[in-house]
Amino acid sequence: MATPVLDKADEAGRPEPGFADSPYITVTFRIRRFNPEVSAEATWEDFALEIDPKERVLDGLHKIKWDVDGTLTFRRSCAHGICGSDAMRINGKNRLACKTLIKDINPEKPITVEPIKGLTVLKDLVVDMEPFFQAYRDVMPFLITKDTNEPTRERFQTAEDRERFDDTTKCILCAACTSSCPVFWNDGQYFGPAAIVNAHRFIFDSRDDAGEQRLEILNDRDGVWRCRTTFNCTDACPRGIEVTKAIQEVKRALITRRF
Amino acid sequence: MSTTETTASGVGPVEGAPVHSADNPAPLIEAPRLRTKKTPKSTRGNFEMYGWLFMRLSGVVLVVLVLGHLLIQLVLDGGVSKIGFAFVAGRWASPFWQMWDLAMLWLAMLHGANGLRTVINDYAERADTRLWLKGLLYTATVFTILLGTLVIFTFDPNIR
Ligand code: SF4
Ligand code: FES
Repeated sequence: MATPVLDKADEAGRPEPGFADSPYITVTFRIRRFNPEVSAEATWEDFALEIDPKERVLDGLHKIKWDVDGTLTFRRSCAHGICGSDAMRINGKNRLACKTLIKDINPEKPITVEPIKGLTVLKDLVVDMEPFFQAYRDVMPFLITKDTNEPTRERFQTAEDRERFDDTTKCILCAACTSSCPVFWNDGQYFGPAAIVNAHRFIFDSRDDAGEQRLEILNDRDGVWRCRTTFNCTDACPRGIEVTKAIQEVKRALITRRF
Repeated sequence: MSTTETTASGVGPVEGAPVHSADNPAPLIEAPRLRTKKTPKSTRGNFEMYGWLFMRLSGVVLVVLVLGHLLIQLVLDGGVSKIGFAFVAGRWASPFWQMWDLAMLWLAMLHGANGLRTVINDYAERADTRLWLKGLLYTATVFTILLGTLVIFTFDPNIR
């Protein structure tokens, strides 16, 4: 990406754009632009780029921001799928721009890029994540133990006990799941899949003692029972977490706790 | 707030000298989306859980009741053409079929009403719309259940 000028051919011997066996193709990025200081309306804007289809959507956004239009605003940090800041709606599906290769999403047609839905858009692709993190904080995503003394040794756990919640430890809080959930789109009061995933991570951790409290929190009117098992969250999760399954496990824990 | 002159960044006129101290603390930055009085109260309680369970259990029972009902009414014994006043009167003479139909009525109505309640919760955006739609739903449900129950128990085969 950082190659300043592509003279004739780059170091790998790739010919520059326009030559017969060039890997570059022309891809149209159709980006949902919104700037509250200019207009209250969001509009689509097309950018045509010469780009190698093996590059990622994020590289395309970088090219636009760095070379074409510096006002394009989006979040990204790690660029390698681990910080969770660049979830966006690409061709109608929530994905991380840094994990989506252009060749995988049909570069023949314009690639649409929109902000994730259900959260207030601040500018272009940047949304207000606060309601998302509020729900996350509400499930107390930290270790709580009955024993309030400083531990004198490591808190041991068997491999099986660790395995129990392994899937939900992988969450990077990108909000792809929550913002793909039609129940969350309505009034944003539903806790949302991400908060439930992170509650699951502690509810089923044998070292934690506040599972009961967290279950009670998710027993709320806007808790797990609002889940309609649409599986949008599982489809959206860039970490491959079985989100809907985690939600179902919390439901089951709530029911078996009573009966 | 401090009385010392500050720039926008909160740093005093002498560059680098902190304006705030233990006696003169920096103003608290409020969380951008505090839960306010307007935020709907969280409703702990098991209503939603029982509602969810009821949907599953009544669904299973309804499969038997409704399919059985359809089979008897529409397929067996000459099919739909046999149905008439006499047929209904004959069936409701037995408490078993009364109970069958009563269970079917209550379960189907409550199952459907609860389903619509969640649909309204999911789709109605304004609180007023929700209130009115649910009011309408509950009225219709109660009316149908009561009327149906009344008919099942007070049915008079000699009415003609
Ligand atoms: S569960 Fe997956 S989609 Fe949801 S916030 Fe975590 S990593 Fe993102
Ligand atoms: S930029 Fe960090 S996850 Fe994509």
